[in-house]
Amino acid sequence: MSDHTPILQMKNITKIFPGVKALDEVTLEVRQGEIHAICGENGAGKSTLMKVLSGVHPYGSYTGQIIYQGKEMSFKDIKESEKAGIAIIHQELTMIPELSITENIFMGNEVRRRGLIDWDEARRLTVDLLKRVGLSLNPNTQIKNLGVGQQQLVEIAKALSKNVRLLILDEPTSALNEEDTENLLNQMRELKSKGITCIMISHKLNEIAAIADSVTVIRDGRTVETYDVEAGHVDEDRIIRAMVGRSLENRFPDHVPDTGDVIFEVSGWRVEDPLIPGRLICKDSNFFVRAGEIVGFAGLMGAGRTELMRSLFGRNFGIYQRGTIKHHGKDVKLKSVSAAIRQGIAYVPEDRKVLGLNLLDNVRMTTTSANLKAVLNHGLIDSSLEYRAAEKERKDLSVKAASVEVGVSTLSGGNQQKVVLGKWIFTEPDVLILDEPTRGIDVGAKYEIYRLIHALADQGKAVIMVSSELPELLGMSDRIYTICEGSITGVLDRKDADSEKLMRMMTTTSDAAAN
Amino acid sequence: MKRIKEVMGGDFRQFTMVIALVVLIVIFNIISGGRMVTSANFQNLISGNAYVLVLAIGMVMVIVIGQIDLSVGSVAGFCGMVMALTARDLNFPWWAAVLVGILIGVLIGAWQGFWLAKLGIPGFITTLGGMMIFRGGVIWISKSISVPAPHELKMFGAGYLPEWGPAFTGMNNSTLLLGVIGIFAYAYAQLRRRTKNEKLTGVNEALWPVVVRIVLVGAVIGYLAWLFGTGRPGTSFPVPGVILIILVIIYHIITQRTTFGRHIYAVGGNKAAAALSGVNVPRTYFLTMLNMSFLAALAGIMFIGRATAAGPSDGTNWELDAIASVFIGGAAVSGGIGTVLATMVGGMVMAVLNSGLMLMGVGADRTAVIKGLVLLAAVAFDVYNKKQGRKSIIGHLFPGNKDKQEGGASGASGGSGGDTGQS
Ligand SMILES: Nc1ncnc2c1ncn2[C@@H]1O[C@H](COP(=O)(O)OP(=O)(O)OP(=O)(O)O)[C@@H](O)[C@H]1O
Ligand SMILES: [Mg+2]
Repeated sequence: MSDHTPILQMKNITKIFPGVKALDEVTLEVRQGEIHAICGENGAGKSTLMKVLSGVHPYGSYTGQIIYQGKEMSFKDIKESEKAGIAIIHQELTMIPELSITENIFMGNEVRRRGLIDWDEARRLTVDLLKRVGLSLNPNTQIKNLGVGQQQLVEIAKALSKNVRLLILDEPTSALNEEDTENLLNQMRELKSKGITCIMISHKLNEIAAIADSVTVIRDGRTVETYDVEAGHVDEDRIIRAMVGRSLENRFPDHVPDTGDVIFEVSGWRVEDPLIPGRLICKDSNFFVRAGEIVGFAGLMGAGRTELMRSLFGRNFGIYQRGTIKHHGKDVKLKSVSAAIRQGIAYVPEDRKVLGLNLLDNVRMTTTSANLKAVLNHGLIDSSLEYRAAEKERKDLSVKAASVEVGVSTLSGGNQQKVVLGKWIFTEPDVLILDEPTRGIDVGAKYEIYRLIHALADQGKAVIMVSSELPELLGMSDRIYTICEGSITGVLDRKDADSEKLMRMMTTTSDAAAN
Repeated sequence: MKRIKEVMGGDFRQFTMVIALVVLIVIFNIISGGRMVTSANFQNLISGNAYVLVLAIGMVMVIVIGQIDLSVGSVAGFCGMVMALTARDLNFPWWAAVLVGILIGVLIGAWQGFWLAKLGIPGFITTLGGMMIFRGGVIWISKSISVPAPHELKMFGAGYLPEWGPAFTGMNNSTLLLGVIGIFAYAYAQLRRRTKNEKLTGVNEALWPVVVRIVLVGAVIGYLAWLFGTGRPGTSFPVPGVILIILVIIYHIITQRTTFGRHIYAVGGNKAAAALSGVNVPRTYFLTMLNMSFLAALAGIMFIGRATAAGPSDGTNWELDAIASVFIGGAAVSGGIGTVLATMVGGMVMAVLNSGLMLMGVGADRTAVIKGLVLLAAVAFDVYNKKQGRKSIIGHLFPGNKDKQEGGASGASGGSGGDTGQS
């Protein structure tokens, strides 16, 4: 399929941010018609490289050469790279939730007739484009009503509308469940068969194995190696070694659980949807967690795991109807987030940009933002205390940042996630709810985060872990609950669990399947 | 250039603003043939603008939470009028009348905060309503006639510090004392910050930039003290200026060093994340609006003290000057960015423009045109600077994105969703 002429060569690309050399003489060569994977640790410079390529970082702000389809390119902005047929789908989705699919696809690229936007034509084109990515949706649907997987496909449709030749996907599957991921990978194969070249950044080595024709590994802003792979036969260990500089025997650290009494127990928890009256998002859920135990929650996208956790966390989401929470055997009423935090409950949200971070803050202020009283001195914030606290979390979690004074918006995705985690560890919780804690985190850092979760459990904390990655749940949890359409459909002990059983329980609402 | 930057320390922007201000003053002084930098003019500059700057203190907090308050002028006028009326018609002593005026301000703030925090009506609408209501209110209760104010208030609006101590200093000793305190406080703060930084980070900032900074700022403070202290006998640094300085210090500490201050920035930066961090978003809205009207009442009273009477049109267009000061001071319309100190510099730029143009004999019409252009230029400069430094941030490329998601009514329902759940 792929011939050997390169469609793209990036030569000696160097990009310096104030205080950070994000890219240091990086070289990348991508052949016509292939799927090229880029891997590397968090903060290695993958996203930055793609932003250089797509003109987000304009010509002149970096050094080095971009040769695309045989010509040297100097993109001043995204518009120019799009004109050349390069489209990028960013790590964080950038569509406007309140607008329709059609409006988003043709934003900035409107179909005009006699100076006015021709919406009928635009909608017709949208239906065609959606068909090309395997979606049959009403083009008037608002983006906010789509699942993340569908949004991702709409982004691709948007790229297709611009006659893309080279499609860049920055961690496209990090927010997808397995089914959506499979679907997306199929679409990428489809694009490839139509001669579109893809560059894909991913931390998921199994995906790379499944789909990539060649791999480039980047470490600390330098290209470590590039080599061809045969789809289906990727030496994952080789990639890991190149990425982190050593091999990683186990994906999950060893851990012997040391569980104590039940310290967190939820019964009869019923919550109504805040927007659609009468619709329940939690249907009389019951579950418990012991001290020192790691309890996983499995479920498909939209099953209501996040909603359940947020409703428990000081009723941050939904309309509470009934149900009780027992903390250390005592009934507690957590009517506000601050009450929940005071009780020693922490919730690390799944979407760091929207729910976890104030992007205007620096690392120091983010770390203390949920527990300011710990850095008060005579009622005033003591900047020394705050600095030391933030510095400690930064070291403990090995966040890659020049100092705690840098803005969180300049950190790479994975490091932002670590900062959010640090913010919640700093509240000294004894019940820790982690919603997709390793989304977008590289294998090496994942391992560290797993170790950290184990350490927290060993301190006697109850850990609740929501994850869309079944291997992660199977590798980490002592027990796993499954949720389907707002109901808890069953629970499995670690030794009894496997992905098949979980999958079945995640897709059936009747309790029968569980037992 | 690098050296200059070192002297400025981290606050490059603030220093450029201060330097722009100084340049502006020097230029006006040259054009007006030395009439700008005189004791009398500077004393006027302070007492004639202190009330706007007091408003700007509250306004920057309102803008940081991502709201705006259009009613401050009307509220100031209304509270001042209430005070004047209670003193004249109910025979309240002046201090009781002042308390009544301020209390009314707080109540008005609670009223506006209620609409915003509990009902989720955006501040723009809430206070647009307030602007009309209280403007109408002043005219109504005053029957469109000016009401004389208790003469004791003159002290707060245009008074001077007492004269005492030896005469050989050749100037007002209160002002001298103020200047000395200012210089020492600045030097102490700078040195303390340096040692603290060194202790924490282990990085040793060179001593010379700190010393140069202290000498420069110290010289400016010293010069100003001399200027203010050597005016006509009986004059000094104006009392409203002292009130302003005290308020600036208090609010600087509130915004930078207290939990409430952090919450203001958190809510303005990302409301949803703030709520998930345990910030009570409606309460933060409420208190910020309450505080704004409290300061508006204070500003109204200071103004009336100077004018010696409360008039039905007092406060007209003050909100515009206050808002302009905040944005010239570098605050962001989308919230989360802005400081009290920078706002004060922004407010002084406006004040100096007013005064300088007046000295040059430029009419009010053209002054307004120039002020408008300066506002645009200052904000454009800011936007340009930010683009240079932080081009890559997605949020910057799609600035409307986040606001759309959580702005207006939907955001407020997220905030009050918790309350509904309790009932
Ligand atoms: N706008 C910016 N300003 C300053 N530093 C930046 C900026 N953008 C990226 N960086 C820095 O450049 C480095 C590379 O970041 P990049 O986002 O490319 O990492 P990444 O490989 O995509 O990581 P991840 O897997 O976590 O997404 C990081 O150290 C990051 O802090
Ligand atoms: Mg990235």
